[in-house]
Amino acid sequence: MQADPKGVLTGAHFLDGDQAACEGALAAGCRFVAGYPITPSTEVVERFAARIPLVGGVFIQMEDEIASSIAIQGAVWAGQKAMTVTSGPGLSLMMEHVGFAAMTETLCVFVDVQRAGPSTGLPTLPGQGDMMQVKWGSHGDYEPIALVPSSPQECFDLMIRAFNLAETFRAPVFFMMDEVVGHMTERVVIPGASAIEVAERRLTRKKPGEYRPFEANGDLVPDMVRSGEGYRIHVTGLTHDERGYRAMTAAAHGRLVERLSNKVRANRDRLVDVREDGVDGADVVVVSYGITSRVAARAVAEARERGVRAGHLRLVIAWPFPARRVREIAARAKAFVVPELNLGQMALEVERAAGGRAVVVPVPHAGGTVHEPAAILEKILEAKG
Amino acid sequence: MARTEVSMSKTETSRTETSRTEIRIGGLGGQGVILCGMVIGKAASIYDGKNATLIQSFGPEARGSACSAQVIVAEGPIDYPYVRQPDVLVLLSRDAYAQFIDQLKPGGLLLYESDLIAPDERLPARARAHGIPATRFAEELGRRLVLNIVMAGFFTGVTGLVPIDTVEKAVRDSVPRGTEDLNLRALRKGYAFGLELVGKGQRSGVA
Repeated sequence: MQADPKGVLTGAHFLDGDQAACEGALAAGCRFVAGYPITPSTEVVERFAARIPLVGGVFIQMEDEIASSIAIQGAVWAGQKAMTVTSGPGLSLMMEHVGFAAMTETLCVFVDVQRAGPSTGLPTLPGQGDMMQVKWGSHGDYEPIALVPSSPQECFDLMIRAFNLAETFRAPVFFMMDEVVGHMTERVVIPGASAIEVAERRLTRKKPGEYRPFEANGDLVPDMVRSGEGYRIHVTGLTHDERGYRAMTAAAHGRLVERLSNKVRANRDRLVDVREDGVDGADVVVVSYGITSRVAARAVAEARERGVRAGHLRLVIAWPFPARRVREIAARAKAFVVPELNLGQMALEVERAAGGRAVVVPVPHAGGTVHEPAAILEKILEAKG
Repeated sequence: MARTEVSMSKTETSRTETSRTEIRIGGLGGQGVILCGMVIGKAASIYDGKNATLIQSFGPEARGSACSAQVIVAEGPIDYPYVRQPDVLVLLSRDAYAQFIDQLKPGGLLLYESDLIAPDERLPARARAHGIPATRFAEELGRRLVLNIVMAGFFTGVTGLVPIDTVEKAVRDSVPRGTEDLNLRALRKGYAFGLELVGKGQRSGVA
């Protein structure tokens, strides 16, 4: 389906990543945001609040993040596309409802503009320390999807994809910006509405009485209904059967939770999205994401000027992780260098996928600013041996 | 499945940043530092066919804390969006002068608020410095707030990095509605002062 022109601000704009993410959400058809504004994500909701009266929709400034993260789920069951927007301290509070979204297959988007943590940390300065939190933060097993834009243009483009993925998989989708990407201003080109493909809600064709809300199709994803259209549904975080009724057995639990994970796992290879620069034939491959990828690109260019065969693999989707691709590269390259604004999170995942076939050299940084390209270059030179 | 994402593995080739100009604008929160950077960046990237990035740094305070904008203007794509050694420093407060003057590239250009800053021996070798009483000019125009746009005009007049008509367009769609005329007057005031200072047709350019 094509985007609704009402939400599409076609043209060339000079926007920061936060504003571009908001425009992406509007273009994707998001018409409900509940949030508790927090630096460095505030501009997303500030813009949404200003734009939504013109587009038609609702913004609610909630009492806190816990309420925000469940209000959006109500909106989804009422038929809307919805998101909440926060930063690390708020994301920590939302974790209970991330699990609820996973368990009830409520397809909302959680935007996290990462700042340096733990706790309130450095409110106005960048971090990338929430990467493992979105993978494992809520209790129990589930497979989140997480996108990591590296520019305002990607904040726009990938936000549309985030909403489309949410509609497709009915899994929590995280939009993992960082303070620099959120507050960096750059040209953002927004195409015409007819050039923007948006996923529609997959509504059941079954009649009330025949419809079972958690009965999956062949792709493991159940169809939905909209509240108020005559269907009786029960949505619970307790283990439930296909009818949505609680089912307190190990068998029902295994069936449900395995399906929740498998709907993403089975599609892992289709979901994976990496951008490669000179990876084939490289001795050292830098793996990076978000703002760090732009710093790393500089380091890779400088390494090549010194004759190093250096490649660059940028994650566009962090979860699911491109493990197969990293494994392939590990068979040929000497080493991976993994700079990130945390003390080594995705580096663990690179290490796991490399499985000892190539050396993994993290370039940790606690956040507050970005790496010096020289710090990454130094590790590339070390790693090439 | 109704609609699925296709797997993607696109190629990005490494690029050389061509004719990169690094600009840092420093002042106090409330002086319009970020908007000044926004106007220059927007003029270059939306109206002059170049690429530009703007990064803002500020503290948790709303007003009065140190505030700075980093603008990169380049013909080619910009990977690393931070200023390391500015070709042009635009400074609006004494604190900003103390904080940033050491970073200026040798032979670089300093543009400063001359009622607030007096350049001293910390100015790097071969650097050129041009002052403008931007706050006073803004007050004379009726609103002290537009000192940042006076400064943007001064920048344009001295450096010639972006054409004045593109900066005018950028000002027009960056300032609050109803204040366009005042801001454009501020822009032209700073621009004319800059042109006069460096002599028409013999602009300082950037290092």
